[in-house]
Amino acid sequence: MTTLTEIENPAAAGPAAPRRGRRFDARRVRWWRGGVLGVLAVYFVVPLAATFWFTVYDARNHQFSLSPYGQIFSASGFGPSVWMTFQVALLTIVILYVLLVPAMIAAHLHLPRLKPVLESLAMVPLVLSPVALVVGVDTVLGWGTDQDPGTPLFQLSVDLRNASLPLILPIVYVLIALPFAYRALEAGLRAVDLRTLVEASRGLGASWPVTIWRAVLPNLRSGLLSGAILTLALVFGEYTISSILQFLPFSVWVVQDGQGATSGQLAPAVSLLSLLLSWAVLFLVSFLGGRRAVGRINRSS
Amino acid sequence: MIRFGKKLGAWGAVLPLLGYCAIALGLPIWALLWEGLHATDPVTQQTSVSLSNLTASWHGIYLTGLLDSLRLSLLSAVISAILGLVAAYAIAQSRGRILKQAILTASGVLANFGGIPLAFCFIATIGTGGVFQSWIQHVWPSFQLGTFSGIEVVYPYFLLPLMVLTTLPALDGLRTQWKEASANLGGSAWQYWRHVGGPLLLPSALGGFVLCFGSAFAAYATAQALTSGSVPLVTMQINAVLSGNVIANQNNLGMALAVNTIVICGLMMAVYLPLRKRSAKWLES
Repeated sequence: MTTLTEIENPAAAGPAAPRRGRRFDARRVRWWRGGVLGVLAVYFVVPLAATFWFTVYDARNHQFSLSPYGQIFSASGFGPSVWMTFQVALLTIVILYVLLVPAMIAAHLHLPRLKPVLESLAMVPLVLSPVALVVGVDTVLGWGTDQDPGTPLFQLSVDLRNASLPLILPIVYVLIALPFAYRALEAGLRAVDLRTLVEASRGLGASWPVTIWRAVLPNLRSGLLSGAILTLALVFGEYTISSILQFLPFSVWVVQDGQGATSGQLAPAVSLLSLLLSWAVLFLVSFLGGRRAVGRINRSS
Repeated sequence: MIRFGKKLGAWGAVLPLLGYCAIALGLPIWALLWEGLHATDPVTQQTSVSLSNLTASWHGIYLTGLLDSLRLSLLSAVISAILGLVAAYAIAQSRGRILKQAILTASGVLANFGGIPLAFCFIATIGTGGVFQSWIQHVWPSFQLGTFSGIEVVYPYFLLPLMVLTTLPALDGLRTQWKEASANLGGSAWQYWRHVGGPLLLPSALGGFVLCFGSAFAAYATAQALTSGSVPLVTMQINAVLSGNVIANQNNLGMALAVNTIVICGLMMAVYLPLRKRSAKWLES
């Protein structure tokens, strides 16, 4: 609601207050704003544009070609590593939401005092060094394999490190993705009137699972979707943890095998493609979702 | 009785998450502490509790690495926090919804764009053979991407969006009415920022700064790919020690180094949480 009044107020106040000082002020502010955003836009766009140029232009032969983007798909090892990373990402998203969605809904509805705890918990992975975390994980797995073969703990450690689908990766990635997923979900929860929604559904006789599945989740769609996309992008780009644990998901494959094949053009091409794709999808989702949410507020007021 | 049942059900929904974090986060940290506080005697092969690893991790090259890491994170966090705050203010003030959405989603993507892909982008831009390499050699002759200053140029690329993400809610929460009220009471723009806007923003701005600092300190892959280990940051030292690149059988020293980073991470959170609480107080009202 606050955003609505904010958006409307300056527009309404602008023409209604034709004092000279104020108008000058506004223009100066706008100029300053444009300057800052312009400089930052240069800083953020130039490396991406340069990377694109680097991938399509062959300086030695003075030739343009989009071939690095085509070669991504035919390079050896591409298929298995992408498939493995995709499975890991999917598992991460499922575990993340199974844990996070009920907890956040419950905290919003019944345990408001727990919200700061959850929020701080979700911030921890942001400042915790992934190197330290993975070293700890490696040690714990090492304790498992120190047991006698055949014992459950030994078997568990071995299964977690299975090279074709290492289950330890989603377990760790859930932690790494927590801050971003939490933020996306929190934004989604804030935009809907959760209490009314749940009370209406419960009042009409729906059970808790039905309420969550058919009343709450559809309203959180855009938050859930953007959290999932961020997690997907994160898993596809993650290098530290998987390389130290010596697995070969997509990101590690790009660095190891991709570089030799095409004079170093493949790796930047992949990075650029994944960044732009995830941004484009995220933008579309938030744009469509945002418009629906605004429409809903207007109708209710 | 009904209220009690509701509370119980709510706890049932929250506990799996807390339990998961306790295991997935707690076990590795416990393992690090345990191994870092144990040393194996080279002669007798007896493992015993000792502080020798921790002491070693505070001396010599490891102290240099730690200080370098702190210096690097402090500098990049200051740059990113100031620029990020200004950028977030500019974004909060802009009325174009599409622009705002585009920048917000881009921040979300870029804030976790750290790591190898980011390093590739900058290598392709101003690294050896990069598109703008000759230009940057001309403007800043001593610049090298694989050094301290190189990392300093690259880090804001993911820290700045993080700062925007953390401070934008607070900036969006600054209501125009407050500014108008201050103006009606005869306050100047400076007085507004000094007595109203500034104090309201300070907690989330400082919180954003702490997060930037922490995530610069924690970063590993970008620096590794850019410098190939020539700038000794603590995260790179951990990996170097553990993979046996320096001296063999120094595993517990690596654990002790990791413990150091966790202690620093804990300090970050200890600073961040009270700030977060303060800014949440009025944001959620």
